[in-house]
Amino acid sequence: MTEQQTRTISPRSIGTSLDRVDGREKVTGTASYAVEHADVNGTAAPLSLWLVTSTVAKGRITGVDASKALAHHGVSAMLDHTSAPRLAQTDNAELAILQDDRVGFRGQVVALVLAETSEAAREGAALVEVTYEQEPHEAELREDNATYRPDKVNPDVETDTDEGDVDAALAAADVVVDQTYRTPYEHNNPLEPHATLAWWEEREGREVLSMFDSTQGVHGVVQALAPMLGLENDQVRVRAPYVGGGFGSKGEAHAHVMAVALAARTTAGRPVRLAVTRQQMFSLTGYRTATISHVRLGAGRDGRLTAIEHAVQEQTSVVREFAEQTASPTRMLYAAPNRRTSHRLAQLDVAVPSWMRAPGEMPGMYAHEVAMDELAVACGLDPIVLRERNEPDLDPETGKPFNDRRLLDCLHRGADRFGWSTRPAGPRARLEGDWWVGTGVASATYPAMRQPGNQARVTALDGGRYEVAIGSVDIGTGARTVLTQIAADALEVEPSDIDLAIADSLLPSATVAGGSSGTSSWGSAIVAAAQLFREDHGAHPDPGVHTTASAADDPAAEDYAFHSFGAVFAEARVNRWTGEVRVPRLHGVYSVGRVINPRTARSQLVGGLVMGLSAGLFEESHRDPRFGHVVTQDLATYHVASHADVLDVDAEWLEESDEVFTPMGSRGIGEIGIVGTAAAVANATFHATGVRVRSLPLTPDHFLDA
Amino acid sequence: MRALDHRRPATAQEAVDLVARHPGATFLAGGSNLVDHLKLGVASPDVLVDVRRLPLDGIERVEGEDGAVLRIGANVRNSDLAAHPVVRSRFPVVARALLAGASGQIRNQATTAGNLLQRTRCVYFQDVTTPCNKREPGTGCSALEGYGRYNAILGASPDCVATHPSDLAVGLAVLDATVVVLGLEGERRIPFDELHRLPGDRPGADTTLARSDLVTAVELPLDPDVHRSTYTKVRDRASYAFALVSVAASVRMEEGRTTDVRLAWGGVAHKPWRARRAEAALAGQQITEDAVRAAVDLELETTTTNRDTAYKVAMLRNTTVMTLLDLAEEASR
Repeated sequence: MTEQQTRTISPRSIGTSLDRVDGREKVTGTASYAVEHADVNGTAAPLSLWLVTSTVAKGRITGVDASKALAHHGVSAMLDHTSAPRLAQTDNAELAILQDDRVGFRGQVVALVLAETSEAAREGAALVEVTYEQEPHEAELREDNATYRPDKVNPDVETDTDEGDVDAALAAADVVVDQTYRTPYEHNNPLEPHATLAWWEEREGREVLSMFDSTQGVHGVVQALAPMLGLENDQVRVRAPYVGGGFGSKGEAHAHVMAVALAARTTAGRPVRLAVTRQQMFSLTGYRTATISHVRLGAGRDGRLTAIEHAVQEQTSVVREFAEQTASPTRMLYAAPNRRTSHRLAQLDVAVPSWMRAPGEMPGMYAHEVAMDELAVACGLDPIVLRERNEPDLDPETGKPFNDRRLLDCLHRGADRFGWSTRPAGPRARLEGDWWVGTGVASATYPAMRQPGNQARVTALDGGRYEVAIGSVDIGTGARTVLTQIAADALEVEPSDIDLAIADSLLPSATVAGGSSGTSSWGSAIVAAAQLFREDHGAHPDPGVHTTASAADDPAAEDYAFHSFGAVFAEARVNRWTGEVRVPRLHGVYSVGRVINPRTARSQLVGGLVMGLSAGLFEESHRDPRFGHVVTQDLATYHVASHADVLDVDAEWLEESDEVFTPMGSRGIGEIGIVGTAAAVANATFHATGVRVRSLPLTPDHFLDA
Repeated sequence: MRALDHRRPATAQEAVDLVARHPGATFLAGGSNLVDHLKLGVASPDVLVDVRRLPLDGIERVEGEDGAVLRIGANVRNSDLAAHPVVRSRFPVVARALLAGASGQIRNQATTAGNLLQRTRCVYFQDVTTPCNKREPGTGCSALEGYGRYNAILGASPDCVATHPSDLAVGLAVLDATVVVLGLEGERRIPFDELHRLPGDRPGADTTLARSDLVTAVELPLDPDVHRSTYTKVRDRASYAFALVSVAASVRMEEGRTTDVRLAWGGVAHKPWRARRAEAALAGQQITEDAVRAAVDLELETTTTNRDTAYKVAMLRNTTVMTLLDLAEEASR
């Protein structure tokens, strides 16, 4: 395997809306998702697994009585902490289930039931009687208990930053905005629930675990599970040919994956399958922490910022730490000589939080961009003018030049498209029938990330065709299609000449479909392998020859800060009687490098806007601190945007190419659509009504006095 | 898997007898609520008496003792009822209430009687790991001090603060509908307002029906005078959500004053809340914002709210004002 310096490729298929290469399989229902792979390992149909979960938030299991469950027709076995296979490592306490009698949160896996059918397994699980010695628990995030300072925040950045003298600057500022903003708990809820099918077999005297898993990264699952199970990585194979969405919640293996692996270890090779229920997804598969953002902005009367402070309080779980980087975008977005950010956590006896689309940027930019709107009002400035006045020359965080910072271009293009110039300056200026009408804007940004550890393999086939292989996963984004286009252009052939092989941990290693880094990371590896392949084997290779390579970083990349930018414009209507909010128009303009496939890109960006709209208006998981679990645990009580809520939503992008960042010129688009969107909607509701709401979601009860 | 006996009786009387004979039996109609409960463990019947194929799916005009009625069979689908021309023209409150509920798919499946007999969506009622007096008498009410956004503010008890989730029921409450019930003693008619009950110390019972009583029809009086009626539902999203509050109203006006005004609220009580004190205050009055506010406040004197439900008072007042102003304008056109 070679590390190859890539050259920029000439777009031929790139930039065109190639139909999804797996579209037919998906719309005709022939694409097999994880637990639909019934015919595996040449054995009987898989056994069904059901999870028994704890009904206390903290304590000790004192007894597990499975006698009724085992007497139930079809139930074959029950595993608990006394009978489940032992793990070789237990450092990751989220995954180290059934190893001891401790309960760390309500909804934790405490036993497993295996049965011939899922119905029997479910009933069996309901019949398992678990007794506990309950201990007092803490499950509520408050300002007075979020005091723990983590060493780092996700993914691996500084917990706190402090430059200049923020307090002095605020004391001297002409205008100060000093407000607290809150976002609620949110759950990712991909359409396909988390699901796993697994079986063990012996090959050449070694145990091998094979899985179909609904995951955003097959190699990540191998790396998480193998050492815990006492295996080498090559003893675990994970495949994920089709995945029905993830939004971060499938970015890492969660406890249910280990549950299937452990259960299957006891069934003498018979496969075991599990689909997590929607209700269980509210305690087992990750979520976004609630956040409390204390924001202080100091500025001159002209709106130029002199101080920015963003102090975040949020929560993590005792079982496993996840510290959301909520203040991280505040560190680079606008210029100001005095800047301070911090993160403090409450460590609670609750389910383990994790990645949810744009962790950090989503809640952080909501707070920051509403605060900027308040500053614009306080200074009597148009919010776009305010942002023009605070545009930095260099990245405020690193001091490096931005490679291609086009925030103002996005704002100006969007203002033009949205008809911003006719906007009344003050709030509460338009009443149409029973509806107050207003508009709002917010900036968006997301770091451009290319992950190390990606390799691709190009193999010549007969008839001028090529197999291009990399173990990346298409979670519904269109990665399979986009990588086909990249491979075709890198090899200078047609997309129809490419056989793309992905989603199998036996293929060259690939990083997670997350952090908006997939296309950049995998695509660069494919370009590297293709270019080296051509160097080694020429334009007319013999069938069977192959090349594996990874992409070296562009040395010029060290000198720049890479971020994508965007601007979101929203129109909000608020009913003057009922307080109901409607968003008839939502428009995003983005600078994201070159767009590989306009159709799939538009879907990503519009999908992000819709998810941001949904977070702005509806999404909220209510945890009952007395019990310790989320009680709005289905899609009837956890509201996401319905079709009727999604009206005129559109996204566009600037024509550009970031060739320092990737040989394709692209930067990544999976997350930026959700960033800033809730703030734009919130700012629009203020402009409509004059009522400033500083917490999400913007439900009707907030506007009853409007 | 729990063994379930599925029976399909040939007649309504046979269905009633079956449920009466089996203590663990329950009626199954559209199943849109009961099937969820089977999965969640909220309900665990051992016999399902399937009434879906009983011939109770007609909508017809019937001359009754007190005049003509529109008789709606218990099995009429929500979607069919909402689309029926007589319902649309004479009882828009019914069509609008139905269309404000659920989704197209669910309305195709759900029946008229099933809609009225659906159970609360209180999150604790649906979560068998938490105490709930309605699901398990004597265990306590988790909602009282818990997640309260959908809790009742009128007629609740220390044992239960659940609200009734049906939109249709709120609409029928202003039409003075009659519920036709077949029981072990034969057929009887119940005024609609007496079908559902307040929780008191028996929150397990949503209605006044006996376990083996089968609703066979709902009758709407075909009053020769035209009443304007409508339904307003306020919810957290534009579609597919239960009411935070809802308002059903029916008005008849002469010379700018009401000659008949009826008002019912959803999302605020264990049953559709017929606002009779407010109605009395508005009788013979002009419909103005001030008059409606005063009437609503009279009705809301007995309200009990907490931090989570306080918003409902203003929302209900505003929504009632909006609804009645619109309706009065329509009635005087």
